Amino acid sequence: MTDHFLLLALFAFFVSLVFSVVLRDDPRAQLQLGFRMFGGFLAAGLVLGWLMYPLPL
Amino acid sequence: MAAKSTIAERQRASVEPGSLVLLCLGAWLVPGAGHLWLGRRQKGVIFLVALPLMFLTGLLLDGGIFPFELSEPLVALAAASNVAIGLPWLLARMFDLGGGVVTAASYEYGNCFMIVAGLLNSLVILDAFDVAMGRK
Repeated sequence: MTDHFLLLALFAFFVSLVFSVVLRDDPRAQLQLGFRMFGGFLAAGLVLGWLMYPLPL
Repeated sequence: MAAKSTIAERQRASVEPGSLVLLCLGAWLVPGAGHLWLGRRQKGVIFLVALPLMFLTGLLLDGGIFPFELSEPLVALAAASNVAIGLPWLLARMFDLGGGVVTAASYEYGNCFMIVAGLLNSLVILDAFDVAMGRK
């Protein structure tokens, strides 16, 4: 499995799941925070990826 | 403010230091066990499933378990993070897993999953400690 975006999404899923459950007690609030964090991870990954695109290896 | 600290003091007094140590040890050994012990079933079950699964994903991605090499501080820190996941780390060591395939494309991803699983379990242990102390 070498799909970078899929691995990024899987990592973001686990981290946002654990953080939202640690930080919130109410299931609804957990879901809200979890989705926001997950989206933030994906957006940050895409933006940083494109920002680094012109850089040489 | 004074009433809040009084409640906190009362809750703190109800926690035995011995059981607090056992709670933290249990929470380290089995991710989520601390929350299950404290009656927070939903949180405990989620940690019990998610954290070992994250560690297992790291193993499946050919990640490696780091050795304790104090001459290389970053490697030693990664090793400490690996240990923090508890039983999954012990089982992986027992069954000789986590050798790591450096040439695999997913090697660094695997390391990242395994290290972060351990760090997240540390956070979960601290959360269980706070709950037991009456801070949450």
